[in-house]
Amino acid sequence: MNRVLPWLLVTPAILAILVLLVLPLLDTISVTFIQEEGVFAGYQDFFDRRFNRGVLWRTVRIALIVTVIAIAIGFPTAYFIARAPRSWRSILIVASVFPLLTSTVVRSFAWIVILGRNGIINETLMGLGLISEPLSMLYTEGAIIVGLAYLFSPLMILSLVGVLENIDKSVVEASISLGASPAKTFWRVILPLAMPGVIVGAVLVFTGSFTSYTTPVLLGGQRNTVLATLLFREAMTEFDWASASTIAVIMMVLTISVVLIMSRVARRLNPAAA
Amino acid sequence: MQRSSPLLVITAIAVFIFLLGPLVIVAAASISNTEFLAFPPQGFSLRWFVNVFEVSAFRDTFLISLQIALLGTFLSLLIGIPAAYALSRFGFALPKALSNFFVLPILVPQIVFGFSLLSAISVDFDLPVFPTLLIGHTIIVLPYSIRVVGASLATFDFSAEEAAISLGCPPMKTFYTIVLPNIRGGILAAFILAFITSLNNVPVSLFLTGPGISTLPIQMLTYVENFFDPTVAALSVLLMALTVLVMAVVEKTLGLGYFVR
Repeated sequence: MNRVLPWLLVTPAILAILVLLVLPLLDTISVTFIQEEGVFAGYQDFFDRRFNRGVLWRTVRIALIVTVIAIAIGFPTAYFIARAPRSWRSILIVASVFPLLTSTVVRSFAWIVILGRNGIINETLMGLGLISEPLSMLYTEGAIIVGLAYLFSPLMILSLVGVLENIDKSVVEASISLGASPAKTFWRVILPLAMPGVIVGAVLVFTGSFTSYTTPVLLGGQRNTVLATLLFREAMTEFDWASASTIAVIMMVLTISVVLIMSRVARRLNPAAA
Repeated sequence: MQRSSPLLVITAIAVFIFLLGPLVIVAAASISNTEFLAFPPQGFSLRWFVNVFEVSAFRDTFLISLQIALLGTFLSLLIGIPAAYALSRFGFALPKALSNFFVLPILVPQIVFGFSLLSAISVDFDLPVFPTLLIGHTIIVLPYSIRVVGASLATFDFSAEEAAISLGCPPMKTFYTIVLPNIRGGILAAFILAFITSLNNVPVSLFLTGPGISTLPIQMLTYVENFFDPTVAALSVLLMALTVLVMAVVEKTLGLGYFVR
């Protein structure tokens, strides 16, 4: 066999990613270390500011809460889909996929209609006479969390449907018939078997929430800055590219670490799937 | 089959209302005859739909988004199909890490990639906005091209290709007449997935807009930040209709199994 041919075929793709993705990223990374005040001055400066630490913690906190909500929402739904009759299953999967194919701007915008001053919740509560003044729900951290949970729950559902479908029904039946309660069966049998799917979904939801821009900008307003909106502000409003690069590297390192660590955990939990 | 418990059924119904309800609400708000977003809609009017086409910024940016999505998807398939072919046909001769390397564009946060493109390519090389946007979109959809076409190649029986070659068919002709027709479903699926991903992208385009050039999602974002009328709701309905259309095409040609990888 020709030994050059395989390499010839993959070269355009390798070159594209190397030159157009890896090199620009290396450029960004190098900017953060070439500082007059010292190699780590950029990072020192970032973490010295109380505001920045607050933004980092808010971003992590939001991403963690969203991940937990997505698991809580996604698990029962995926379990329901996995056990539904065949004809229903594809309809339910389409219903989960459809939001994913819709623009994030549209999906975040929807929550402005729901949470806004003249939104559905305020109109309903005022109509019922429960409140006299509209509640300000929009432009809060809670609004970002709701919007992101809405955005990313379908990813969790789709990650879980596959693994839940593959769980052998007889294993569950064995557990029940041997006297385990449904709750115990869930914690001791179903959840451990579904763990690889939970981890894949959690990584997708966490990294997606952690790096999201559209939802925090539309639902969080000015006060609830997250890393992505801070990066944009430093680069395009303050024109402080060194700070923007530092934020970019922090986001990149955290995201990739989470992916690598969790995929290692997933492999350890399920050596067969690796 | 064991019946689902009522609690599970109720939870699942609630989740699907949560997933689809907001989209229904946007659709309803789009026909409201008010200057502000209202639900339930007050009165009935299609004027916000008319307004979508009258705001020239939406028209212009939609055309740019369309061009970027079509060109970017085409380019990603052009370099992605040979790579996917090499990985499934000659995978043993290539390093194992290569398929992981090809996932890199998904692994890197898109907003970080967009910023890097701006500072390293657009500014350093003084590249105009349009080609930089095209580069960004091509790279982020490349993994979809490689993986979806690769999944399709995984079910292809390469002995058919070997038979053609041993019967004297030139390798290139074999590829076009034997391999390509057999993976056209995968190529179409990759095309659609990449096209929608590109069309909806915000974080990469965010930094790469310039005077006169922007993409539709970025324009919508700007509009929503400044106006509170239902125009964006109407535009959202049009985009959802486009998504439904695309899903219908996939369903007709490939079956919905393609959405569940």
